[in-house]
Parts: sequence; C-alpha cells; structure tokens
Amino acid sequence: MSRTRRERPNVIAGALAVGWLTLVAVPLYFMVSASLRERSDYLNGSPLGLPSSPTLGNYREVLSGGFAGYLLNTVIVTVATVVIVLSLALPASYAVARSASPLVRRGFSVLLIGLAIPAQATIIPVYLLITQLHLYDSLTAIILPTAAFALPVGTLVLTNNLRDIPRELYEAQEIDGAKAWTTLIRLVLPLARPAIVTVAVFTGLTAWNGFLFPLVLTQSESTRVLTLGLWNFQGQFGTNVPALLAAVTLSVLPIFAVYLVGRRFLLGGLTAGLGK
Amino acid sequence: MSASTSQRGGLTTSSARGVTKARGATRRERPTGWYLGPALGFFGLFAVVPMLLVGYLSFTDWAGFELPGPSGAGNWERLINDPEIIASLGRTVALTILAWVTQTPLAMLIGVWASGRQRNRAVLSSIYFLPLLVSTAAVALLWQALLDPNFGLTRAFPLVGDLNFLGDEQLALFAVVVVIGWQYVPFHSLLYQSAARQIPVSLYEAAMIDGAGRVAQFRRITLPQLRYTIITSSILMLVGTLTTFETVLILTHGGPGTTTRITPLYMYDIAFSGFEMGYGSAIAVLLLVLGAGLSLVVSRVTGYRAMSSQQEGL
Repeated sequence: MSRTRRERPNVIAGALAVGWLTLVAVPLYFMVSASLRERSDYLNGSPLGLPSSPTLGNYREVLSGGFAGYLLNTVIVTVATVVIVLSLALPASYAVARSASPLVRRGFSVLLIGLAIPAQATIIPVYLLITQLHLYDSLTAIILPTAAFALPVGTLVLTNNLRDIPRELYEAQEIDGAKAWTTLIRLVLPLARPAIVTVAVFTGLTAWNGFLFPLVLTQSESTRVLTLGLWNFQGQFGTNVPALLAAVTLSVLPIFAVYLVGRRFLLGGLTAGLGK
Repeated sequence: MSASTSQRGGLTTSSARGVTKARGATRRERPTGWYLGPALGFFGLFAVVPMLLVGYLSFTDWAGFELPGPSGAGNWERLINDPEIIASLGRTVALTILAWVTQTPLAMLIGVWASGRQRNRAVLSSIYFLPLLVSTAAVALLWQALLDPNFGLTRAFPLVGDLNFLGDEQLALFAVVVVIGWQYVPFHSLLYQSAARQIPVSLYEAAMIDGAGRVAQFRRITLPQLRYTIITSSILMLVGTLTTFETVLILTHGGPGTTTRITPLYMYDIAFSGFEMGYGSAIAVLLLVLGAGLSLVVSRVTGYRAMSSQQEGL
C-alpha cells in the first residue's frame, strides 16, 4: 500500500491496460449487440453502432431450436463428472497424504502420468473402448473419459492441500481410535473445503467446455452438449449470424452468473491452484 | 484469500513435506491403498489403457468397425513417407512458438499490472478475465463472425477493413494465433497476478531506498521472483497450443488449402473422416510422445522438479 503513494503514474502500463481492455471489451460488445439486431440491421448497419431496433427475436429462435436440451445435457455431464472426480480424488488424496505405504506412492505417480498425456492423443482407443462397452452416443460416454482425465489434477490439488493439514490433527484422530474413513469425513472433509471447491470448479469447467470427447463419442440430437450444439447452430442458421451470436451469448450466461456470485472461487478453480 | 493462496504453495513444496511426514509415521489407523484403488482403476481404464492401446492400434488397419487386427508396420512406413506429417508438424510448431512469444509478455505485464491493489485495477481486471468465461467453441464462433470480411467487425476499421483474415493463406495462421491469445492471455495473466501478489513488498521497499527505478525493479525483482510461474505458464501454454484442436476445426478447418492444418486436426481427419483409425493412431502416438516429451524436457531443463521455495530466507 505504501508503495502506491510514492509512485508516479505508470504511462506504459496504463496504455497497455487500456489497449487490452479495448481488445477484450469490443468483441464482447459486438457479440451482445449483434445478437440483438435484426438480420438486415446486422448486414447493413455499422458493426460498432447500437442496434437500430433491438429485438429478442434471435434469442427466441435459439431457444426454440433445441438450446434448452443441449444445456440440460451439458449440466448433466458437468455435475456427473464433478461428482465422480470428487468421490474418487478425495479418498485417493487422503491415502497419498497420510498412508506410509510405498504402493500408494507408486500408484500416485501412475496417476500423475495423466498430467503429461494430451487427452486427444488417446481419442481413437477411447472411441474403441466406448463402442465395445456399448456406451456410444450416450452422455455416460462423455462423462467417463472426461472424469478420468480430470482426475490427476484433482488428486494433485487435493493432496497438496491435505498435506497442509497439521499432522497433530490427524494424529489426534488416530489416537482416539477413529477409523480412517471417520477421519476422512470428520477432519479432512471440513478442512479441505476450499480445495474441494477449487477442484469442483476446475473439473466442472473442463466438462462444461469439453468438445472433442462429445464430438467423437456422440452423434444424435438427444445427446448433443452445448459446445457441439453451438457448432451445429452455425450450420443450421447459415448466414443468420445474429442468431448464432445469440446462442453464443446464452452459452456464456450461466458461467457469467457464477462469476458474478463467486468470482474468487471461479478464478481460483480455473487455475486449479496452479498460481505459484 | 489466505485459504486459496496457502494451497497454491503446494506444488512447489509438497515433496519436501512428504519426506518430513514419512519420518513421523506411526502404526495407527491410517488410510490403506484401498483409498487410492478406485481412482487408480478408473484412471487406468479410461486413460492408461487407451494410452497403451493407441500404440497397438498404430500397428493395425482398423477402419472403426468390428475389432482391429494387426497389420504390421505399414502405418509407420506411411507416416515416415507422408509429406503432410512434416508440413502439419511445421504449422503446429509455428503456431506454438507464435502463441508463446505473443502471450507470455502480454500475460506477464497484464498480470503484474492487475496485481496492484489499486481500486481501478481491481475493477478493470474483472473485465480483463471475461474471455475465460467463454468456451473454446464459443470463442471460435465469435471470432469467425468478427473476422468476416463482409459483415464482421474488422470492416469498421481502416487498414484491416478489406482483409479476409481466415480466407487468406498468408494471414490465417496469424488469425488463429490472435484468437488463441484472446482466449488464453487472461488465464495466464491470472497465474502471474497471483504470483506477483506474493512477492514481498519489502523487496520493492529495499530497492526503492537504493534508488532503483520502475524498470530496474521489474528486471531485478519481479522477473526473478516470477521465474517458476514463467515455467508453469510456459508448460501449460506450449502443451496447450500443441494440442489445439477445436479452435482451428471451427475457425478454418485447416484451410484455406492446408495452411492451418495442424497435426491434431490432421489426425482427426484421417481417423474420423477417412476412417483410417490405424494410421490415425500412429499420428496420435506421435502427438503423445511430443506432448509428454515437451513437458518433460521443459520441466527438466528448467529444474522445475527440484524447485524449492523462492522466498527462502526471507
């Protein structure tokens, strides 16, 4: 704080700040304003001006075009992925942080291989696996590999957090003769809550934005998730760009709402606690 | 804030902590290997098995139907003789380097700027991070509309108004760099912001007493203090760009011609448009080795694994 008072205004930083602001804000403004335009207004009007006669017609068209179904599919995939990752990663990280067994340590390093594997390099065998399990074209097909690839980061973040819990607290539980799973629920669960939120947000966003797994593992309208739905709208609406941008805007709104309510949690989860 | 910042330290210091913990081990009720089992089994089935399977599939001529059978090393011979592999790798490398070179300085400056506690900075940074809320698919669709030469945003500006960024063989790859940058600079700024906030103010106060100017402070204090963040951010950026997929699929689908056909897209087209899953798998193995190799090399060369707290002794 004392630093700021003594500083002269930083001109270069200020110019950069304004420049980046413009670069971020103008495309977003274009997105929202175009989505409110009549098609003729979009084609003929100035792209930076306000819509000449604002309309919600594009949004109506998007909502009657299957958007709600895509959104529901994405929500199901996101929630299921988060539940699977948390319920697997929490006990796993408890074991890694607290167990003395070398087997656990070796298992953990296998899990960490996942940090270095690009998911798309495995897409062909994942496709084979999913078709052999007769899961092709189902939401489960998306959920399982998405969760598997989110698991390493989730376990790593939770493990680092559980190691920060003072050893005395674990030992106090253990001396009292508490079973391991009781310690997990009574001690670990409450103390690790911030990390659990971080992992939930990170995993949720990964699932929410997922594109390649849904693209390869599903095909019908009934299993289409939001990201694929947007791409599909592009073909469906053709040159009706305002309607497409209305769909894009709608797809951002749920995350934007989360951002308004819990900005800190969202940004913390985005980086999965990777900042330094 | 303290809760979330304390856990951030975990990546750097966890190994040291693991050692102290193991020393004080006592035989009481501890979690057994069974607690790790389900996670490991699940990860094994849907990540490790596919990773091994992709190697096997690269020696088959599987067409996506029935079950694959071995067919020798034909795919690998083809891969070595396929000029499009080298060409697409060249584009991928160019894209990755361009992305890294443009995003790193931008993200660092914005992150350090946004780490200031001034009120106007806090307000502006809440806008800066907005692209993070938009999915990759949505970003690509938005930019496709923005860059449309007839009806997009660019026609509002002189100089660039007549350019067809996505349809021009010279410009398309650069357009992809811009779009990826727009999407990911906020993420990396966020990493730099939280790291810059942890630099002790005392360092700057000492520098100011010594009469160091703003540039000197940045070079002598901020940059060295951010070195591990630079590594983390670079690994994520390099591997992330190397595996860029849907941005290019939606923006250009490799075009115009093949000027933006990067390796992941080539693999996808071979495997899922041409149904040559065997040859696609060979390309996938190449991607796997490159991706894993890159993160390994970067972390080894920079001593990422052996890193200790950079604030030791303060």
